[in-house]
Amino acid sequence: MHLTKEEEAMLAGEEGHATRKAMQILVALGKIYDAERMVSVSSVQVSGVSYKNLGDAGLEYLSELAKDGKARVKTTLNPAGMSLTDWKSQGIERGFAEKQLKVIEAYERLGVEITCTCTPYLAGNEPRFGEHVAWGESSAVAYANSVIGARTNREGGPSALAASLTGRTPLYGLHIQENRVPTVAVDVEAQLMFPEDFAAMGYFVGKTVKDGVPYFRGVERATLEDLKALSAALASSGGVAMFHIEGLTPESGLGARSLEGLTLTGKELAETRSMLNDEGTPDFVSVGCPHCSLTELATLAKLLSGRRVKREFWICCSREVKRQGDEAGYSGLIEGSGAKFALDTCMVVAPVEELGHRVVATNSAKACHYLRNAGLKVRFMPLEECVAEATGSG
Amino acid sequence: MSGRAIFEGKAEGRALVTSSPVSFYGGVNPDTGEVVEHGSELAGQSVRGRVLVFPHGKGSTVGSYVLYRMAKNGAAPCAIVNAKCETIVAVGAIISEIPCVDMVDVGRIKPDAWVRVEGATVEF
Repeated sequence: MHLTKEEEAMLAGEEGHATRKAMQILVALGKIYDAERMVSVSSVQVSGVSYKNLGDAGLEYLSELAKDGKARVKTTLNPAGMSLTDWKSQGIERGFAEKQLKVIEAYERLGVEITCTCTPYLAGNEPRFGEHVAWGESSAVAYANSVIGARTNREGGPSALAASLTGRTPLYGLHIQENRVPTVAVDVEAQLMFPEDFAAMGYFVGKTVKDGVPYFRGVERATLEDLKALSAALASSGGVAMFHIEGLTPESGLGARSLEGLTLTGKELAETRSMLNDEGTPDFVSVGCPHCSLTELATLAKLLSGRRVKREFWICCSREVKRQGDEAGYSGLIEGSGAKFALDTCMVVAPVEELGHRVVATNSAKACHYLRNAGLKVRFMPLEECVAEATGSG
Repeated sequence: MSGRAIFEGKAEGRALVTSSPVSFYGGVNPDTGEVVEHGSELAGQSVRGRVLVFPHGKGSTVGSYVLYRMAKNGAAPCAIVNAKCETIVAVGAIISEIPCVDMVDVGRIKPDAWVRVEGATVEF
């Protein structure tokens, strides 16, 4: 693998311990994936933030890097295991909270922006078409590649952070044009009305195509919320890091005219929906996986206005989108109902199972997938039904 | 056998061998090194101090930190030998400073054989 003089110096430890460790990681990955050289990245999204997943070892590793490491490019952060300010009212134990705040401190020292969101593209980290970036957070990776046309592999926490500390990533995989072409076609015959339909479609297709690059045909329109839900679902049931929608996404011209594939009808959608529903009455309702957009806050404000929630109801979004919601007058209507904003975190990375909840209602296929892995039961339903479930009018 | 060094180092120990991919996150207890993955042929055995031989890693990228945590707890394997190393194991080995070699015929290493790893070579 060819390294520039500057990269060699980083590897030799001339820029400190953390930079050296970071470059070791990137060189090893370059070796494994036969990269010819490194490429500069314009931004990084770091995953591996929740103390629930990191544990003491992860915290120790980050603290060690923070002694002399510094982000060299714009770097934003994935959600944490709790709200950084309102963890007490979320029912988070002090011991967990203290460790989580130490993780955040380490990232701060590393020069990472404490955005704590899985939708960095809604919170100021907006790469342009064709830019190389190094993002963790599988749903954001699929969104960045497919919807924005930026180029990133599916990074893990340490490799994304390594890219941040060096400003580099090895040139392989989805950084190279030929690996971005579709590998499997999906003929969509089902009617897609809501983001939840896109989520169910993504969950079905992800399971089938694994880490392929699906090419959707027959989707006439898709909102940001639809694409966000699709990205998250494709990346949770499968390892999809990039997809195309004919006529809609920026690189769909890479083409799949002669590609064979699968057909998605209303039957597969209905089966997927029913597969994502367990028995039981929800005792916890949560939306915003991935984090809510301003449009979703507008819908929630309309639905919740003048009503009271009867169950714990979390609305997960970034501080930036919440701020926009404050300005637009949505946040007041939402909080007036007793629903809670869960900022900096979400139902997947917070220790929800330890808060005493058993059955979670959500509009996210991704959340269903991971909550089940954590031993919870799930009910998958559209946003409106989630609100009905929370207010007891369902 | 000669392979490719992912993290160079020197270590030796008894081989713990599986023909299935290994997930450290959720698959191995980070405090004891015991394999807890349901259905794994290694379930109930400890990776502590062993030369862990498996085709490649799988599962969540958090697995890299789990390997690091095992190393800090003295519960990590003393070396890792893979058929084809992927991101999770490679990053885990580097941050934990566990000697790691791949691109070798892992099928030739018999369970419990004494294995020596040095740089890119694996002797047994």
